Amino acid sequence: MTPSNSMWGLLVQLAATFALLSLTAVGGANATLPEIHRQIVELAHFMDDATFAKLVAVAQTAPGPNVIVISAIGWHIAGLLGLGVATAAMILPSSLVAIGARRTMQHFSASAPLSTVKKALAPIAVGLMFASGYVMARAADHGGLTIAVTAGMTLIVARTRLNPLWGIAAGAVIGLASHPLGFAF
Amino acid sequence: MVSHRDLFSAFFKLGLLGFGGVAGWVRQIVVEERGFLDEREFAEWLGVASILPGANTVNLAVMLGDFYKGPSGVLAALLGLLLAPILILITIVSLFDQFASQPDVSRALGGAAAATAGLVIGNAYKIMRAIRGDFRAMIVAGSTFAAVAIWQFPLAASLAVLVPLSILGFAAFGRRS
Repeated sequence: MTPSNSMWGLLVQLAATFALLSLTAVGGANATLPEIHRQIVELAHFMDDATFAKLVAVAQTAPGPNVIVISAIGWHIAGLLGLGVATAAMILPSSLVAIGARRTMQHFSASAPLSTVKKALAPIAVGLMFASGYVMARAADHGGLTIAVTAGMTLIVARTRLNPLWGIAAGAVIGLASHPLGFAF
Repeated sequence: MVSHRDLFSAFFKLGLLGFGGVAGWVRQIVVEERGFLDEREFAEWLGVASILPGANTVNLAVMLGDFYKGPSGVLAALLGLLLAPILILITIVSLFDQFASQPDVSRALGGAAAATAGLVIGNAYKIMRAIRGDFRAMIVAGSTFAAVAIWQFPLAASLAVLVPLSILGFAAFGRRS
């Protein structure tokens, strides 16, 4: 398959848009979603609001890192090539930064200031992770039963080394069973 | 020694299992299952991965791949992380309209999402145990949580304030623990 001229133009535009977004995407694709929406829907008119919302929902349903919302957008705009170009453009620039940061850290691993910086960043990661869990729990909260599922899973994960898949499967079964049992879900 | 295959398979599993986001599974697989990093190292690496641009899981995969095997390790980790999710994504995009409107499917996904939230909180608790004895760390973690989750300040702005403050705090009260 040889892309036509207009296809090339489209791919170049996708690559440029996402490569730029990649370097500003602190917090990943979810935190950058408003800016992605502005670029894709409002500025470039690649799709309408409803399509954008649907692609975001689809990407949330699939497993894996949230960056695949970019893959879904690329797929919708320009098929398989679009998916490849958009995903690579979103991942490559930030990955080069990460590689640079890691190598710099290793190079200066004996330095006291760097060890202070690493110690100072660790609790920020912990706070952010609690925040994600809290936001996810709020989003999943449809009443007492869902809160109980979240709380139960938190306890199991914190206290045991049980494979979490069991807990997630149990959550899905409880969700399924809630309706015939008369719980709102 | 960690091989390309180890990197690929660890992140392939992470990609495949991470329904509702990979945040809860990363620590589970990288620390508990594979032992690539210990608790404290994981917290520090995740901290760096979180303030750099890009998804923190993608950044962590890149950093671990580069640490063990250089650029080809990065490729192995990233391919592992993205392969299954992208194939599943393409399948769901094609089926979405019939699929998501099924009430049973949405109820099951709702229950799984509630459990996944618990997985994230439980893993955050386990990382916190590694820094628990340090009052500076607890203050920073609590402020970060409050800023992002309770007050819902924009993430970039929160980090722009919290990161320098945390570094200053750790530098000023150094060598206490």
